Amino acid sequence: MILVFLDNVSGSIKKSSLEALSYGVAVAKQLGTEAQALVIGSANSDLTELGNYGVSKVHQVTGPEAFDAQAYARIVSDKSNELNASVVIFSHSLMGKALASRVSARLKAGLVTGAVALPDTSNGFVVKKSVFSGKAFANVKINTAVKAISLNPNAYTAVLGEGKAEVTTTTVSVDAKVKVVSSTKSSSDRTLTESEIVVSAGRGMKGPENWGMIEELADVLDAGLACSRPVADAHWRPHHEHVGQTGVAIAPNLYIAIGISGAIQHLAGVNRSKVIVVINKDPEAPFFKAADYGIVGDAFEVVPKLTAALKVGA
Amino acid sequence: MKILVCISKTPDTTAKIAFTDNNTKYDTNGVQWIINPYDEWYALVRAIELKEADASIALHLISVGGADAEPILRKALALGGDEAIRINIDSDDSFVIATQIAEAAKTGGYDLILTGKETIDHNGSSLGGMVAELLDLPYVSLATKLELNGTTANVTREIDGGQELNEVPTPVVISAQKGMAEARIPNMRGIMAARTKPLKVVEPVACEALTTTVSFELPPAKAGVKLVDAENVQELVRLLKEEAKAI
Ligand SMILES: Cc1cc2nc3c(=O)[nH]c(=O)nc-3n(C[C@H](O)[C@H](O)[C@H](O)COP(=O)(O)OP(=O)(O)OC[C@H]3O[C@@H](n4cnc5c(N)ncnc54)[C@H](O)[C@@H]3O)c2cc1C
Repeated sequence: MILVFLDNVSGSIKKSSLEALSYGVAVAKQLGTEAQALVIGSANSDLTELGNYGVSKVHQVTGPEAFDAQAYARIVSDKSNELNASVVIFSHSLMGKALASRVSARLKAGLVTGAVALPDTSNGFVVKKSVFSGKAFANVKINTAVKAISLNPNAYTAVLGEGKAEVTTTTVSVDAKVKVVSSTKSSSDRTLTESEIVVSAGRGMKGPENWGMIEELADVLDAGLACSRPVADAHWRPHHEHVGQTGVAIAPNLYIAIGISGAIQHLAGVNRSKVIVVINKDPEAPFFKAADYGIVGDAFEVVPKLTAALKVGA
Repeated sequence: MKILVCISKTPDTTAKIAFTDNNTKYDTNGVQWIINPYDEWYALVRAIELKEADASIALHLISVGGADAEPILRKALALGGDEAIRINIDSDDSFVIATQIAEAAKTGGYDLILTGKETIDHNGSSLGGMVAELLDLPYVSLATKLELNGTTANVTREIDGGQELNEVPTPVVISAQKGMAEARIPNMRGIMAARTKPLKVVEPVACEALTTTVSFELPPAKAGVKLVDAENVQELVRLLKEEAKAI
């Protein structure tokens, strides 16, 4: 069977985990087996609804109060052993990154992180993953009987059908070494990697005081906000918005780059976006070469117009 | 207090990405090698800062790779650190690499093991977690801040939509990312001193690779940009809706 670990962030299942769930169901179909889900912690939603994604069973384990990679890895590995899982699937999310690696080492299960496609099972078990910060892909063969995969967000579309899953809840006692002292959250739980549309701006915006129009555009599109590295370095915008080779790598459906030149290190983190729109006043800006659509013009004029046009069309 | 920083060698961020041998090998022709930026800017520099604040800290660097990893280790030593270890094996399987590091760490008695959040070539994001699991140590990943307080590490890590402050006893494994420290440039004194710092070469322990990279591919080329007049943003909206189906 295929076991899919779902990130449970303060009671709700993340979108990237639902993608991993649908991916797990598809892998199960390929291998002629079934997929089941694993959720750690209490949930705010009705877990039987996960059946809509094609799983018959959801294993819920309560006990840990906060995320501790070590304690979670034990739970996932124990479940995997108990259920005889042949593939354990994670989302390549913040939690998934910390966990998949530990589970892989614990189970001696070959791991491919950042998978972007279903495995090719025609000759062994080969998974395609993103490498060189999005500039290439590698096909990686997993040599072990038990396999582990973490799926890149936005790489596989969650498929919603109909069904009810059976939920079994067990409680374990854990000895978590990591204690949470405090946490700060901005308004949304959504991480940039999960956004389907991202509006991003660079040094061409001249200063942090001009981000109002960027935020308004993001608002009408319900988009996430990103920026180039010098913008984060100058503290015009928070670090977590920095995308690129040394920042966050993203692959949204639509990436709108405003006043960003398109340096190779910037492109590395965003070139897996499905559609790229570039707004830049310099027709020679390298970003146009990587774009699908472009407007050569002054962002200070074009962006408000674009926001207005989108409002009319909405 | 002993700190171990894991150092990986990666192609320079502007390096051309091409493949040879029927797309099975990365073409290293003309490639400049650098210290993986996450290892250097964040993990290593933070470790150096900690040592600057407490001279009793021993700071060791480790890299798993062939002799061609040595210039990278020397460069890291030029930034700071007391000595370096190179485990003499080339592998693209993160479990093999993690096993070598865990083995060295077992005898080293480190209180803190630092890695970058990922390498910019493999993008595995898996080394720290594997090392932690092999040593049965706690692991805090994607850390943006780190303070030491006796045998406690206060670590701020990225969570969905925010930051979380964790308290964890040492020994611990931590993966570092932006925010942890500011990049530094080695100075002449550091470069001179690095030449004579110990660099120990250790033979690897036996370990089966769990994965094999069979081939590489480049993303399909873009069809070319469609330019829309700045006076006609409605046209862009139409194209995004009807042609690209992106909004
Ligand atoms: C090791 C390394 C790692 C790096 N990692 C990253 C990374 O992860 N992410 C990243 O982004 N960068 C990274 N960089 C930096 C990168 O090389 C570029 O310097 C950076 O991306 C440039 O940011 P920018 O496009 O915002 O600024 P600039 O290059 O200054 O470009 C500004 C652009 O705005 C345009 N512009 C100006 N005014 C207007 C206007 N009124 N309207 C419209 N357009 C306007 C200009 O024509 C120009 O194209 C890295 C560099 C190195 C060496």
